[in-house]
Amino acid sequence: MPDLLIELFSEEIPARMQARAAADLKARMTDALVEAGLTYAGAEAFATPRRLALAVQGLSARSPETRERRRGPRVDAPEKAIEGFLRATGLTLSDLAVEEEKKGRVYVAEVVTPGRDAAEIVAEALEAVIRRFPWPKSMRWGAGDLRWVRPLHAILCILSDEAGAEVVPLEIDGIRAGDVTRGHRFLSPEPFSVTNFEDYEAKLKRAHVILRPEERADHIRHEATNLAFAAGLELVEDAGLLREVAGLVEWPVPLMGAIGEAFLDLPAEVLRTSMKEHQKFFSVRARSGQITHFVTVANIAAPDGGEAILAGNRKVLAARLSDAKFFWENDLRVAKQAAMRPWIERLETVTFHGRLGSQADRVARIAELAREMAPKVGAEPELAAEAARVAKADLASEMVYEFPELQGRMGRLYAEAAGMREEVAAAAEEHYAPLGPDDDVPEAPVSVAVALADKLDMLTGFWAIDERPTGSRDPFALRRAALGVIRIVLANELRLDLDTWIDMGLLRHKIELNRAAAADGEIDTLEEVLDEIAVRGVFGAALRAVLDARKGDGRAAPEDGPVLRTVGDLVPDLSTDLLAFLHDRLKVHLRGEGVRHDVIDAVLAMPGSDDLWLVVARARALGAVLATEEGENLVQGFKRANNILTQAEEADGVEYSFGAEPKYAEEETEKALFAALDAAEAEIAPALAAEDFERAMAAMAALRGPIDAFFEAVQVNAPNPVLRRNRLNLLSRIRDVCLQVADLRRIEG
Amino acid sequence: MAKDRPRSFQEVWRRLQDYWAGQGCAVLQPYDMEVGAGTFHPATTLRALGSKPWAAAYVQPSRRPTDGRYGDNPNRLQHYYQFQVLIKPSPPDFQDLYLGSLEAIGIDMALHDIRFVEDDWESPTLGAWGLGWEVWCDGMEVSQFTYFQQVGGHDCHPVSGELTYGLERLAMYVLGIDHVMEMPYNDPDAPIPLSYGDVFRQTEEEFSRFNFDVAETEILFRHFEDAERECEAILAHPAEDPRSGRRIVMAHPAYDQCIKASHIFNLLDARGVISPTERQAYIGRVRALAKKCADAFVATEAGGWSSPDAA
Repeated sequence: MPDLLIELFSEEIPARMQARAAADLKARMTDALVEAGLTYAGAEAFATPRRLALAVQGLSARSPETRERRRGPRVDAPEKAIEGFLRATGLTLSDLAVEEEKKGRVYVAEVVTPGRDAAEIVAEALEAVIRRFPWPKSMRWGAGDLRWVRPLHAILCILSDEAGAEVVPLEIDGIRAGDVTRGHRFLSPEPFSVTNFEDYEAKLKRAHVILRPEERADHIRHEATNLAFAAGLELVEDAGLLREVAGLVEWPVPLMGAIGEAFLDLPAEVLRTSMKEHQKFFSVRARSGQITHFVTVANIAAPDGGEAILAGNRKVLAARLSDAKFFWENDLRVAKQAAMRPWIERLETVTFHGRLGSQADRVARIAELAREMAPKVGAEPELAAEAARVAKADLASEMVYEFPELQGRMGRLYAEAAGMREEVAAAAEEHYAPLGPDDDVPEAPVSVAVALADKLDMLTGFWAIDERPTGSRDPFALRRAALGVIRIVLANELRLDLDTWIDMGLLRHKIELNRAAAADGEIDTLEEVLDEIAVRGVFGAALRAVLDARKGDGRAAPEDGPVLRTVGDLVPDLSTDLLAFLHDRLKVHLRGEGVRHDVIDAVLAMPGSDDLWLVVARARALGAVLATEEGENLVQGFKRANNILTQAEEADGVEYSFGAEPKYAEEETEKALFAALDAAEAEIAPALAAEDFERAMAAMAALRGPIDAFFEAVQVNAPNPVLRRNRLNLLSRIRDVCLQVADLRRIEG
Repeated sequence: MAKDRPRSFQEVWRRLQDYWAGQGCAVLQPYDMEVGAGTFHPATTLRALGSKPWAAAYVQPSRRPTDGRYGDNPNRLQHYYQFQVLIKPSPPDFQDLYLGSLEAIGIDMALHDIRFVEDDWESPTLGAWGLGWEVWCDGMEVSQFTYFQQVGGHDCHPVSGELTYGLERLAMYVLGIDHVMEMPYNDPDAPIPLSYGDVFRQTEEEFSRFNFDVAETEILFRHFEDAERECEAILAHPAEDPRSGRRIVMAHPAYDQCIKASHIFNLLDARGVISPTERQAYIGRVRALAKKCADAFVATEAGGWSSPDAA
């Protein structure tokens, strides 16, 4: 069983592509080998900046011979058909057997495909893999046609066993495979040959190349931590940066340097971001949290201990940080002296989206919405509006222009510098949250108001212009915005009629989008509708009320105006669709918490499903009851009652909801059921009024015994029509009682 | 290999010229027009097209009006120098040749950390792109290293290897200078020693003022339109020259107009009179010109065209 070693040696492979490329090399190569009939014991792939390597252990030396019986044409078939069969099988007529079959005598061939040497298969497979390698971007070079991520210089491809190593004969566009590689570009540039993987890895290390990416990363982390520790400091961990840096060096040598005195008063996140983005430096902090040093990772061990390298890096850093300091100081001046007003004005010239206007337009909408929502979240309306107006100001600052990832964070610092109230400053940072599923959710009322307004404006805006996420395409991160709304509402136990806010948001966007096309009076009418929604709750009712009022006052009520008509038609549908989108995200979110999907469906079917807190409270109560035997059986009893009732209603064409009368109750169990329903209703009504769904569900679960006993003893479809009607009406009471927390018909099982 | 350090700005680029001359490049002179980067020189843009081998190196003064800082910034200038190398087809040892050029200007590979960091190059105005790296020396970007894949919308075949050195920054590093204006331009021991500032501080000031506040935008808009029209008009002429009776495709005169339009656009941009949406439209117009010029060039002899009779 030989081992296979492959190395593809090229000019520097982008760090971000290395891990994927190693995985692709392994998957494609081993797939091709197996496809060709070889087996192997194990395989491992590696990447450095200049090489991709694959080691396959225990590869079969040959693929097995295969035999295949193939039925051919009948013996009396036309000569052409028989010749064709001989060509396809590569046999002569005398090689063929003849067999009796139902339809006659037919030729049968036994086609033997001999096994092939592993070397032959490897050569073929490797050429195919190289020519079709899935690089995110590839290129040609020189006068050739081969494509690779950067020029490919050499191929090492050997099969080795106890007897020694054998080069796999292979040549691709003039590159002939061999057993030779090179070490580090500067420290050990001489070529050397290798005999197997162990030999390869060991010789590479002697030639200043650490083959394994995770070994390079470990080495960097370890050395950098030690450097920091020795100076009484602490390395700021950054896994993404570590991966990237490990992909930039074959022989990592971490070096620590001090950040110039002049830059130490820059905010920590500015230092960290500037050093990471521009220089790929790690940050090192003092016990106070202040970032004072950096670690750069060189690719060589220099005879001067890295002095010259550090000096150069310090100089570059100083130039970079001078820029950052320049931005910071300019920005502070705008914040302190002009309360960020020039930035807020500049947002007018920054496009948010071609159809949704400028950032300033967006800010104005958010401020309006934040003001309106403020009372619902316990915030002071004017403060929420003010916070919204400054929340995006930092987008026009020099620092955020340079480092977009600092948006919000800089806003907070600048708002503080401008002497704004703490709630306003905090909202500048917190209104973007939550960004990820594990991100903290804002809790301060002003931040909550602005965060919700921000996300709802985003959602209703893109819905208004029909830019909804489809499949994997969600360029404006609307799923994230929807999840943000959900998490903010739930974490803060907010009671919001989202329908109202969605309708208002959609209408506000539609007014802006249609301002130019509107006929006389249409925009006025729509703006009145906007105010009315706050009172009436939804768009349709508000529109009707406004039109009626205008007619009553003798004012123009342009119902048939082009804009009013289309907007009137569209808003309710868009609103339903957006709420459904939020419900979908809620399902995903709750499923993550282990809530059953049928439980979610059962509660979403209830009225008030735009109140997400209510939905979740119902779901939790239902879920808790369903986890008990009582609850499980209650659902069975309810379903039985519901089925009998539904069938009877369909058959009779009437609805049995007139109220069952105890006086017609004959059986004891029937009387007991009446009593139990009375007791349950007395318990459930106040529980529902208090939105104590657990108590309501518990009261319902108590019905399980009486319902079971009733069905045990009583025939609902009694011959006596009076008894039958009364019993059906009794079932109707069961249905009414049981449907008060959730639609139990949607519970499975 | 010369490892002694150069003593002046001019020695840095003279050594680069000598080095690349030694590697067989034709050392050209700067193109006599205002350009934003060395790539715009027809010796790069046009010569990267077609099948004929090419090897050239040259210094190119470059202008970026938006980078003007009145001569105050230690390393930002609206007028600066690039050193440009273009070899077609790209030689197999192009990286090693490049590293040799760093040694030639006194960078010791044993003491300094040289890295090739992914940086894909794209010029939206030239309809060109390539893959390569920015080369770091001790964390500082000292060159751009690119394998051209497409220019003017044409696939490059063979592929050219292109190097661009930012001369001021590189020289400051090699000479250990912190502010560009303090860099010795000629030898510090010359009878009349001149610093970079002696040569350029005043012009930086004058052009910064002109670029940001004075350049007459009305005139510039008109010049842009004129250059665009002229470029198209030149290319509209039939290949047959009525005077000489020869086939003369005027790719270079047309390309001069494309360069002009590009620089005027840069000036308008610095004046802040082009909105983000218009910006894309202007870039698209310059690119359209560059593409037409590239189409014309591949129909010339230097671009690989050969007369059907000759075949």
